Amino acid sequence: MKTTKNELSPVQQLLEKKYNSGFLNRSEKIIPAILFFMAAISVLTTLGIVLTLIFETITFFGDVSIVEFFTAKEWYPFSGTDPVYGIWPLVLGTLKITLIASLFSIPIGLAVALYLSEYASTRTRKIMKPILEVLAGVPTIVYGFFALTFITPVLRDIFPSLEMFNAISPGIVVGIMIIPTIVSLSEDALSSVPEPVRHGSLAMGATKWETASKVIFPAALSGILASIVLGVSRAIGETMIVSIAAGSTPSAALDLTSSLQTMTSYIVQVTTGDAGFGTTIYYSIYSVGFTLFVFTLLMNVLAQFISKRFREEY
Amino acid sequence: MENTARVKSEEMVGRIDGRLMKNKVIKGIFLAATVFTSIILIVLLYRIISQGAPYLSWDFFQNFASRRPEQAGIKAAVIGTLWMMSVVIPTAAILGVGTAIYLEEYAKKNALTRWIQMNISNLAGVPSVVFGLLGLTIFVRVFGFGNSILAAGFTMALLVLPVVIVAAQEAIRAVPKELKEASFGLGATKWQTIYRVVLPYAIPGIATGSILAFSRAIGETAPLIVVGIPTFVAFLPSGYLDSFTALPMQIYNWTSRPQIEFHNLAAAGIIILLGVLILMNSIAVWIRNRYQAR
Repeated sequence: MKTTKNELSPVQQLLEKKYNSGFLNRSEKIIPAILFFMAAISVLTTLGIVLTLIFETITFFGDVSIVEFFTAKEWYPFSGTDPVYGIWPLVLGTLKITLIASLFSIPIGLAVALYLSEYASTRTRKIMKPILEVLAGVPTIVYGFFALTFITPVLRDIFPSLEMFNAISPGIVVGIMIIPTIVSLSEDALSSVPEPVRHGSLAMGATKWETASKVIFPAALSGILASIVLGVSRAIGETMIVSIAAGSTPSAALDLTSSLQTMTSYIVQVTTGDAGFGTTIYYSIYSVGFTLFVFTLLMNVLAQFISKRFREEY
Repeated sequence: MENTARVKSEEMVGRIDGRLMKNKVIKGIFLAATVFTSIILIVLLYRIISQGAPYLSWDFFQNFASRRPEQAGIKAAVIGTLWMMSVVIPTAAILGVGTAIYLEEYAKKNALTRWIQMNISNLAGVPSVVFGLLGLTIFVRVFGFGNSILAAGFTMALLVLPVVIVAAQEAIRAVPKELKEASFGLGATKWQTIYRVVLPYAIPGIATGSILAFSRAIGETAPLIVVGIPTFVAFLPSGYLDSFTALPMQIYNWTSRPQIEFHNLAAAGIIILLGVLILMNSIAVWIRNRYQAR
């Protein structure tokens, strides 16, 4: 049966009428446009961040030489007569905290992840999951308070030479903060190794540890490395713990027991006080923010690269 | 030949004890790490509750910030956080769900879509303090909102937006294809299907993920500092362009004072903050369990 345009069936006519009736037709076209606009907001956010940082940093380099920024070994913005803007002490501060946090959190995080995926009973896992979720949900201001009022005094009882503000206590607490990230992502990677692989190894007579270390761990390596890189990236960007417990002295010394300043805590220090809009100090927070942004972006891209490039497909 | 094989198997039998021992020791170490992690949480909670609980009183809720610790209260901070969240929640929810619908239902699988998606996941990794710098430039200066509720609320909304988007995308993706096909089969248009079939099915999942994102906004401090939110506020806001303070800012202020009494006040503030977060998380878990059975 052939239907020409004039001989539509009643149902088709109804549909045709419905589609052409103003409101429905228009909303079907307008809504995707509105939704696209909403999706564009997050792209605009990224653009806004990048452009803000670039333009204000360019303004900053109008006042301060870019060579000084990268080569000077001192960061003394508040010296009224002779300020020096060398980013190195702030980068070093961030690296100190990140190093301690990594040394603390990677072994513990991987141990917990391996325990949960390879050894623990379902019941233990059911208890540990919410504990890790709570640890992940604790605001960083709370961790900062914990570092200053508990970890630092405890460490000072053990090592009396430790100053009130130091790298070790906030470093450890930043490590505590990123343990849940490392555990949950590593555990996902370990658990996604198929069960038959595990059974195969155990059936060959390998112990659980041999299976975990020689079969499961290598197979999940990409996910585990990505979890570590993401954890480190969070440690680099962590602000409140270091602002509260690490002090505010930009230091180029390698000493871990005395006060220091990180990139993030410098931004907090300047914005807490009333640095007037338009001063060199005001623009300096953007140059520091830009450096920080580049660091974390590189880490995040690295994490994505690792998990794509080295993924084992099953 | 036969002989060496036997020797080897004997060696293996001899070694098995050592291998099993090693397995046991390592299991013990891993268990210790797991227990240690739980102990950290218990110590943290115990410290804060024992330090702050004595300071929780009706006056603490009723009073404004004060230079005298015995008179200081958290009223302005609690009310300020509520005001700020009344900006964050609608902004992030509408933009987040809208973006998720676009990406899951309308976007073609092309380079642009992949780019938007990559952009969202990278945004989730940007440190919160950098979002503060964005808010300071765009909302405080360019839009001229000043150090207001609106500036802080929009900054926080952008900060949690990626989390809301990803949660909403997962919830929308989990809607069974058959439901959508049935809706199309009955003659519904695409938007009718999304609005009447997809969204109602996905709402519990979206709600669970969004509540967790919003609880992050309540606890974040760094962007508020950078945006220039004051810590010492002795009045309540009466509009969205008013100055205000928020719970984490008040806690930060008390923590950074040297006197122990203020630290105790900070602990009391943290109890309230954690109480709110635990309540929100419980609601999220309740919604997840209630609707998971379907």
